[in-house]
Amino acid sequence: MPVRVQTGDFDIGREIAALRAANPKVGAVASFIGTVRDVNDGDAVSALTLEHYPGMTEQALEGIVAAARLRWRIIDATVIHRVGELKPLDQIVLVVIVGEHRGDAFAACEFIMDYLKTRAPFWKKEQTPQGGRWVEARTSDDTAAERWARPEQDAA
Amino acid sequence: MVKVLYFAKLREDLGKAAEEVALPGDVTTVAALRAYLMARGAAWQTALAQGRALRVAVNQHVADPATPIRAGDEVAFFPPVTGG
Repeated sequence: MPVRVQTGDFDIGREIAALRAANPKVGAVASFIGTVRDVNDGDAVSALTLEHYPGMTEQALEGIVAAARLRWRIIDATVIHRVGELKPLDQIVLVVIVGEHRGDAFAACEFIMDYLKTRAPFWKKEQTPQGGRWVEARTSDDTAAERWARPEQDAA
Repeated sequence: MVKVLYFAKLREDLGKAAEEVALPGDVTTVAALRAYLMARGAAWQTALAQGRALRVAVNQHVADPATPIRAGDEVAFFPPVTGG
């Protein structure tokens, strides 16, 4: 399963090993882990609750991985996103790409994260000293995703 | 009937995560459903207000105001996403 949404933690070592699976064609492994910070917009954050849309979220992530595969030469990918209650220092999201060479592996990894942040249905609510608040979408994330747009063949 | 889902802040503001809605004959698009729900009262008017950042999915695919809605569809309203 290249895409997983789960409440439990993940182990990057195990995920990389599973993706490489003794495949001697793999020459590059690129990965990204997003983690919970204890501060956001100047306020202390004591906890984060992540909500998703079961079914659509998995489908959106699979679509993003499929788009990356069409665009870059990669061998395989794993995307894991946690939901439920998380604390500062916890891991939130993992993307691992295995490919033949680093250029495509790096690019596919960054593309998947940029698209995940703007297109996959997840929502964060953070606990601050003032109470709970839903995190607002950032225009900088839209800008990051738009970098990848290719007008001649981008289909939404 | 259509199944309507609400997520995140919208779910909290409306006090509802999911419901079955009987569609009047003239409600055949996302825009019409939004207007129909807004007519329920102040909380709905505010939560679904035009100009407010709102995303819609029909049968788990991103939709726009003109997307058609038919009986049996699953329609979801939610704020811009903030995962990762």
